[in-house]
Amino acid sequence: MSNIKVSIKNLYKIFGNNGKAMVQHVENGCSKTELLAKHKHVLGLSNVNIDIPARKIQVIMGLSGSGKSTLIRHLNRLIEPTSGEVLVDGENVLGMSDDELREFRRSKMSMVFQKFALLPHRTVMDNVCYGLKIKKLPLAEQQERAQRWIDRVGLTGFEANYPAQLSGGMQQRVGLARALATDAEILLMDEAFSALDPLIRNDMQDILLDLQEELHKTIIFITHDLDEALRIGDNIVILRDGAVIQKGSPQEIVLDPADDYVRDFIKDINRARVLDVCAVMEEGSATSDLQFAHDTILEEALPLMSDAGLTDATVMRDGAAIGMVTLADMIGGIARPKGHGQTETTYR
Amino acid sequence: MDFFGDFPEMGRQDLRELKKGIDLAFREFSRANGDSIEAFFEPLMFFMVGLEKLLIATPWPVMIMIFAALAWLGARSIWVVLGTVVSFLLIGWLGMWEDTMATVAIISVATIVCIGVGIPLGIFMSRSDRLQTAITPILDIMQTIPSFVYLIPIIMLLGIGKVPGLLAVCIYALPPIVRLTNLGIRLVDKEVLEAADAFGASARQKLFDVQIPLALPNIFAGVNQTIMMALAMVVIASMIGVKGLGVPVLRAISNQYLALGLMNGLAIVALAIIFDRVSQAYGQRLQKHRQGGHGV
Repeated sequence: MSNIKVSIKNLYKIFGNNGKAMVQHVENGCSKTELLAKHKHVLGLSNVNIDIPARKIQVIMGLSGSGKSTLIRHLNRLIEPTSGEVLVDGENVLGMSDDELREFRRSKMSMVFQKFALLPHRTVMDNVCYGLKIKKLPLAEQQERAQRWIDRVGLTGFEANYPAQLSGGMQQRVGLARALATDAEILLMDEAFSALDPLIRNDMQDILLDLQEELHKTIIFITHDLDEALRIGDNIVILRDGAVIQKGSPQEIVLDPADDYVRDFIKDINRARVLDVCAVMEEGSATSDLQFAHDTILEEALPLMSDAGLTDATVMRDGAAIGMVTLADMIGGIARPKGHGQTETTYR
Repeated sequence: MDFFGDFPEMGRQDLRELKKGIDLAFREFSRANGDSIEAFFEPLMFFMVGLEKLLIATPWPVMIMIFAALAWLGARSIWVVLGTVVSFLLIGWLGMWEDTMATVAIISVATIVCIGVGIPLGIFMSRSDRLQTAITPILDIMQTIPSFVYLIPIIMLLGIGKVPGLLAVCIYALPPIVRLTNLGIRLVDKEVLEAADAFGASARQKLFDVQIPLALPNIFAGVNQTIMMALAMVVIASMIGVKGLGVPVLRAISNQYLALGLMNGLAIVALAIIFDRVSQAYGQRLQKHRQGGHGV
């Protein structure tokens, strides 16, 4: 497929002195705990296969220790894998020489960090210029491009401030501007908003979605927060103990969780915000004149229907009716499925 | 029983042979290489002599103004400047001007040499754990071995004079700057380094854009310590022919001149305090960006 930007194939990472030899054990079904107890090696990633489409936001999600930060660091080879392949535009990142790798990091992929990782001794302007300085662009061009991104993330007027003088949210805007300034096609975001408080986190998500509407970058976003994942992700991969548990769109994950681990994850989320009318649609035609576009989410559809005093509506796609939804269908969709998410198991 | 009563020493004869062997070998070495080593240090000697002459030849009011200006540039505090001026006026009034200038000259040269050698050495040390394990015990020896012990081979090699004195000062004053440069670079935030890697920085770009600037406060603490240690060596250096405030102190010791010893000793203290306050204040100003707060 041509629209696959990044492809991760059979990726293993085993921390320890002799990781290579351990791959065989893991392939034979040795679990993370067994591997640690028997062989004193830590399983970081286990046979990860992900195809990441271009120009979309791919969320990789899991609790701490699930290997998500390890995985994202394999994409630009900040961590060397034990075995496997990472293809970016068909080129194997793991086969690159040091020089090629540096060039790749300078132009193709940039990164935003959980703890911002700004240069504390440099001003906002110099921090945003950093990636361009490494590329050795002329100073005037550096500053012109940096200024554009500083304006774009709403930090105009703070160019001469040092990071320590800014709030967390503002510092992460600097981090975002720094990553965007290099014009890399791929943006890695490692728990980029996790260190921010909820309101600011929402703001930053808005900024990111806004920017994405315009820029259409391939964004790989790591998070442990399912609401965040559902909100910004076009596709989600759920990791546990270094292995992929489930891949799919937010809706697929909410409607059809692969196992109890995922079910436990989704039990507290706002389903009305994730599910669209298609998810609860049935065949037939509605008795009312009310129409919903096929991608209307329930959260928006429900008040429209109740305000109009109706109990059903037609679902439209490209101007044609494709089915109907009833009030009962929608309410049923929002209700937490019976028997789901009631497990006593805790994963934290 | 005899075995437990007397320590089983090596034979007296053997011991004497051993010592003699070491002495002879080193004498041979210094006879063979003394001249070339001396030639190697010659530029340093010219520099030191030149600086000393310059400091003494410059009219004293000009010198005091220069010191005051340096103190202002470093500390940005009127009190430090005032203290500097008063100290130097007092030193001159009490007849110690020339000795003080000679001491300032050797301290300056020693500090420059230590920075020139110590910072690169510290950088190399920070990049390899093996090098760190190899160099650390050498630094320990340099700091703890009694100075008189290494004066012996230095005198055998280079005789008496300014260069051997400078060498003795540097041996004692070098370790802190090496240690603190190494420490400072190792303490640089791993996340920031990772960010530099992620943006494709080369090893050189990382060193000059990230590691050295972030290690600067520590490196500067090292410079400060180096200056202090160098000042502490002034009296011992004067035993092997370095001019300066150490000479009258030595004379005072051998003749029991209390006042002479006290005055010159206090002059050394005054220099130490001035250097310390100025360099510390400068080091603190380097960290200004660390101040938090949203006072935009």
